[in-house]
Amino acid sequence: MSAADALLQVKGLSKRFGGVLAVNGVDFNVGESEILSVIGPNGAGKSTLFKLIASFVHPSSGEVRFRGERISGLAPHIVARKGVVRTFQETTIFRNMSVRDTVIIAHHLRSTASLGGYYFGSAAARADEKQFGRSADEILGFLGLAAERDKLASSLPHGLLRALGIGIGLAANPAILLLDEPFAGMNHDETKKAVDMVRRVRDRGVTILLVEHDMPAVMKISDRIVVLNFGQKIAEGTPFDIQRNDKVIEAYLGSDDPTIGL
Amino acid sequence: MNSPRLSVALAAVFVVLVLAVVPWAIEASGRYDLYYTLTSVALLSIASAGVWLTFYIGRINIGQGAFALAGGYISTILVVRAGLSFWLSLPIAGLVCAGLSVLVGFPILRLRGVYFAMVSLVLTEVARLAALALPITNGAKGISSIPLPGPISLFGLTLVPDFASVSNPRVPFYFLSVVLMILCFAAMYRLVHSRIGRLCQSLQQNEELASSIGVNISLLRVIAYAISSFLGGLSGAIFAGISQSIYPSSFTVADSINFMLNCFLGGLGYVFGPIVGTFVLYFGWDLLFQTGQFQLLIFSGVLIALMLVLPNGLLSLNPFARKSA
Repeated sequence: MSAADALLQVKGLSKRFGGVLAVNGVDFNVGESEILSVIGPNGAGKSTLFKLIASFVHPSSGEVRFRGERISGLAPHIVARKGVVRTFQETTIFRNMSVRDTVIIAHHLRSTASLGGYYFGSAAARADEKQFGRSADEILGFLGLAAERDKLASSLPHGLLRALGIGIGLAANPAILLLDEPFAGMNHDETKKAVDMVRRVRDRGVTILLVEHDMPAVMKISDRIVVLNFGQKIAEGTPFDIQRNDKVIEAYLGSDDPTIGL
Repeated sequence: MNSPRLSVALAAVFVVLVLAVVPWAIEASGRYDLYYTLTSVALLSIASAGVWLTFYIGRINIGQGAFALAGGYISTILVVRAGLSFWLSLPIAGLVCAGLSVLVGFPILRLRGVYFAMVSLVLTEVARLAALALPITNGAKGISSIPLPGPISLFGLTLVPDFASVSNPRVPFYFLSVVLMILCFAAMYRLVHSRIGRLCQSLQQNEELASSIGVNISLLRVIAYAISSFLGGLSGAIFAGISQSIYPSSFTVADSINFMLNCFLGGLGYVFGPIVGTFVLYFGWDLLFQTGQFQLLIFSGVLIALMLVLPNGLLSLNPFARKSA
């Protein structure tokens, strides 16, 4: 992936928390309509990288560029407005809102009316309201949540909550969707369905960047994989390359240490 | 879910009740003291409505007393020292309080939960100490013998009479407060049932997620806090007008806590909760007066019991009430 046609560029990105370099000079690019996964052992800096890209955390050095424009340092809602939208793990929801209301409110980024317009019910606000309702129903149908639309978000089972999280992301009309461990805690069948769903989201034209632990799922779904260890990128490539990369195997399984005979 | 028609009918009944039935009943029964009590309830419920809104964005606000006190002083100083009309001083007091709350709010609204509650509690004390220390507020002696509000006339037509010329100035104060209360709650109702209301809810339930879907959370928090403080300042200003005096102890930490309790008691999920809560709390306290030294004990015992039995407030009992959270 050359820098010129990349949708998202991560350049020399570092984040220091006190004495710890959580992310250390990471570079990679994400191309249009690809599924890129970031993997790594616990504590490798995946979550920090994720937050850096969504601008929930600001980098100590380096930068993230989206469509050539620097987005590091901007407020999260501005970055989301530009098209870089993150999802959360399933515990992060609006607990006491219905599924449909949640997706409608998630359309906020697309709204054309001002706060005053909402208050006085201006024509733009009413048009928004109508359009968001239609779009929310479409998204709920797409994610298989149509039957759940009037239930409270907090009453959904895990698998459907994950789908709702993706629905919240889609409502913001993202160019690139950042998924935080979309397959965590799922059994084989659920993972298969979720992998399928993420693929269908990509087929809508949304680029996917995901952070994940579930290796089989990552190998199945990714176009390319970036591997982190101790905050540094140690490998990047197709699933085929990554499975045969010595450094990756070492990071995950440990290496032979001749001095103690292991 | 109830029909909009029922809501409108209930609202109309309420308006007729407070603007016609109550004054008629007072005149008929000769209980003129009720004008003052009900005026207080109306004004306190306006200030509580502000607190309710900050609860609605997920902040425990125990600092409304600070803005009520500030509003009272601003209006009084404008009337007494600058000779401004009382009517003009009301919106100015509200707006200055809103402005102050924006300055204070930007840093402190980043805090959540008990941390925001503590800081807001301190604000009330800061306001009291400022009123004691500043030269313009006349220290502990406060400012008294504030003139009553003058007339409002438009093109020679007197819309509101000179309060001093009315035999009982508490009557026009009652109408002023009740009309403002109706306007305030109508505006709040609209706010909560517009898209802004849902944005506030998203803030209350998960700020991180709200910001990821593009909600400008710091702006929305400050707007809600400014509206809250505007209402606090407005109600404090009218209080100063009706009692014709203002002291550093006019609004204390206890008042700030009461504003919060009014919201709890009425129900945090209901726009009209603060009216019900203020009414019940105010009259409940007065009714227990006969119990002498047990007044506070019984009062707090009942409050604790109510919160245990009805965690969603008194309005959760009402089949008509429309839940908005």
